[in-house]
Amino acid sequence: MAAPKKLPVWVNAGLIPLINLMAAFAISAVVILAVGENPIEAAGHILYGAFGFGEGIGYTLYYATNFIFTGLAVAMAFHCFLFNIGGEGQAYIGGLGIGLVCLYMGNLPFWAILPLAVMGGALFGGLWALIPAYLQAKRGSHIVITTIMFNFIASSVMTFLLVDWLKKPGSQLPETRHFAEAAFMPKVHEMLASVGLDVARSPLNLSFLIALLCCLGVWIFIWRTRWGYEIRASGKNPKAAVYGGISPSKAIILSMCISGALAGLVGLNELMGVQHRVVVNFTNGYGFVGIAIALMGRNHPLGIIFASLLMGALYQGGAELAFEMPTLTSDMIWTIQGFVILFTGALEHMFRPQLERIFIKSDSEGEVYE
Amino acid sequence: MVHKLMRVFLAVILMTLLAGTALAAGPLKAALIYDMGGKFDKSFNEAAYKGAEMFRKEFGDKYRDFEPTNETQYEQAIRRFASRGTDIIVVVGFSYQGVLEKMAPEFPDTKFVIIDSEVKQPNVLSIQFKEHEGSFLVGMIAAMKAKGDTVGFVGGMDVPLIRKFHLGYEEGVHYVKPNAKVLMNMTGTTPSAWADPIRAGELARGQMDRGAEVVYAAAGSSGNGVLQAAADAGRFSIGVDSNQNYLHPGSVLTSMVKRVDLAVFDALKSAREGHFKGGSLHLGLKEGGVDYALDEYNKDLITEEMKAKVDDAKAKIISGEIKVTDYFDIMDK
Repeated sequence: MAAPKKLPVWVNAGLIPLINLMAAFAISAVVILAVGENPIEAAGHILYGAFGFGEGIGYTLYYATNFIFTGLAVAMAFHCFLFNIGGEGQAYIGGLGIGLVCLYMGNLPFWAILPLAVMGGALFGGLWALIPAYLQAKRGSHIVITTIMFNFIASSVMTFLLVDWLKKPGSQLPETRHFAEAAFMPKVHEMLASVGLDVARSPLNLSFLIALLCCLGVWIFIWRTRWGYEIRASGKNPKAAVYGGISPSKAIILSMCISGALAGLVGLNELMGVQHRVVVNFTNGYGFVGIAIALMGRNHPLGIIFASLLMGALYQGGAELAFEMPTLTSDMIWTIQGFVILFTGALEHMFRPQLERIFIKSDSEGEVYE
Repeated sequence: MVHKLMRVFLAVILMTLLAGTALAAGPLKAALIYDMGGKFDKSFNEAAYKGAEMFRKEFGDKYRDFEPTNETQYEQAIRRFASRGTDIIVVVGFSYQGVLEKMAPEFPDTKFVIIDSEVKQPNVLSIQFKEHEGSFLVGMIAAMKAKGDTVGFVGGMDVPLIRKFHLGYEEGVHYVKPNAKVLMNMTGTTPSAWADPIRAGELARGQMDRGAEVVYAAAGSSGNGVLQAAADAGRFSIGVDSNQNYLHPGSVLTSMVKRVDLAVFDALKSAREGHFKGGSLHLGLKEGGVDYALDEYNKDLITEEMKAKVDDAKAKIISGEIKVTDYFDIMDK
C-alpha cells in the first residue's frame, strides 16, 4: 500500500506523448502564423502528404526504415548507459561494407547477396564502433567524445575512398559505379505487383521488413538473453554488476558493437534500396536523428517504431508542405521537426507532474473508498 | 507501306500540333530545384535564383522553386514538378546527375537544365563552366599582387569540381611566378563544408601565418569566412561564383565570377521563346561564362600593368595559345 503509485500504462505510453506532440504542434502553429500562413492548412498538407496517398505512405515508411536502424543503435548503447553519438559514422562505414559486397559480388543471385550485405554492413559498422568502445572500456576515454570524433574520421575516410579509389571513372561525382541489378533491394511496389497488387511506386523496399525484424531481435536480446541482462545491469550500476560476476568492459564492447552493426544497416535501405551505388554523405544526418528517435521511443523497440513513423511522416509531410506552400521553406520544416524532438524527447517530463497529480490522486482516492 | 505512310502522317500532325502549342504558349511553367547548399548561399545557388528572378522580371512569368533537404527528395521533387506539367525544370548542382539520368527519359516532354554536370539526353541541356580558365586568371592576379612567393587556396568540400578550381589557380600562379608556393586546404569532406565560414576562416588564417598574401576561396558560403579573415589581417582574398568584391572593399582583390545567373536566364528565355535545345554547353572565358571581376570596389587594387597582363593571358586562353589543364581530363589517369 505504501509503494509509490505508477501512472497507468495508457497515460504513460499514450497520453503523455500525445500531449507533448500537441504542444509541439501548437508552438509550430504560432510560428507558422507568424510568417503569415494558415497552420491548419499546413497541418493538413503534412498529414495528407505523409499518410493521404500510396506514394506518401511509401516515402514515410522508407524514411522510417532509416530511423528504426539508427534509433535501435542508439537505444542498444543506451541500455549500457553509453551515449553513442557515432551512429552517423557507423552507418556511413557500414554502407561501405554493404557497397563493397554489392560491387564485388554483384554476380551472385540476390538471395546470396542479401545475407552477405547484411553481414558486411553489420561488420563494418560494428568494427567502427569497436574502437571507441575499446577505448571506453579499457582506457576510460569518454564515448561521447570518441564517437563524435569518429564521425569526422568516417566522413574523411569515405570521401578519400570515393574521390580517389572507388569513384566511377570519367565521372566527376564522388560516387561508385552502379551495383549489378541482382544487388537491388526489391521495392515493395515491385514485390506486390508480382502478386498482382497495384501499389503506388515509392522507395519503400524490403529493408523495412529487415528493420522490423531487427526491432524484434533487439527486444529479445535486451530483455530475454543473458547478454542483454549483463548489458542492462552494467549500465544501471557497473559496481553492482561486477559484484554479480559481470564484466562491465565486456558489456560495453558488446553493446557498442551491436549498436554500430545496427547503424551499419542503414545502407541496406539507402544504397541497395534507393541509390544503387555508394554516394558521398548518403547517411545525411539519419545517424543523428537516431538519437532523437531513441529518446522519443524511450529506448524500447516498439517506441522506436512509433517515433520513426512520426519522424518519417514529418520528413515526407514536410517535403509536401514545402511544395504546396512555398513560403514555408525547408528551414521552417526543420523548425517544426525541432519542436517535436524538443517536446517529445527532451521535455518529456514537462507535463508529467500535473498528470501524476490527476491520475495518481484519483486512483488513491478510489482505494480509500474501497 | 501504308503503315509507314500513316506513321509519317501522324508524326507530321503531331509536330504541327506541338509547334502550335509552342507558338500559342502562355506563361512558361518553370521550376528551380537547388542543391543542399540552400537558396541563399551568397554564391552558387543564389546565382541561379538571381537568374530566375531576372527572367521573372523581364517576362512576368512566375516560377516555382524547391530546396531539398536530402537526396531522396531530388527525385521526388523532379517527379512532382514534371508530373504537374512543368515545362522546364532547372536543377542546380552536379549532385543531380544520377537522378536526372533516370528521370529525363521518364518525362520526355519536360525540358531539363542541369548546371555543373552533363546528362546526355535529348531533353536535357547540360551547362558546365570552365572554372579552370577563370581560376587561372585570378591565380595570375594573386601572384602579381603578392610581394613574396606564397599564396593560398581554401576549397569547400573536397570533390573533383573544387580540385578543378585549385589546379587552374595553381597554373595561373605558376604562369607568373614559376617557383611560387600555393598552399591548399579543403574546408571539409561533407556537404556542411559549403556552409562553415568559421572553419574556412581558420584555415585562411593558418595559411596567412605561413606567409600567404592572397587567399582564393572556392567554398560556397564558407568563403565568407576566408574573405573576413583576410580583411581582418589586412591581406587580400579572392571571391568566387558571384561577384564578391563589394563584401570587403580594399581586401577582396577580385572574384572569379561564374555566370550561373546568365546561364539560367538564357535557358529559361530560350524555353519561353520556343527554341530550347538539349545538348551540352561548356562556358569558358570565350563564351563569357567565367571571368575575373573588375569594378569600383577593386579598381585601386589592380594596376594597369596587372590588368594588361591578365587580359593578354585571357586572349591567349581564348585563342588556344595557353592551355589550362582541366582536372576532369586528368583525374582518372
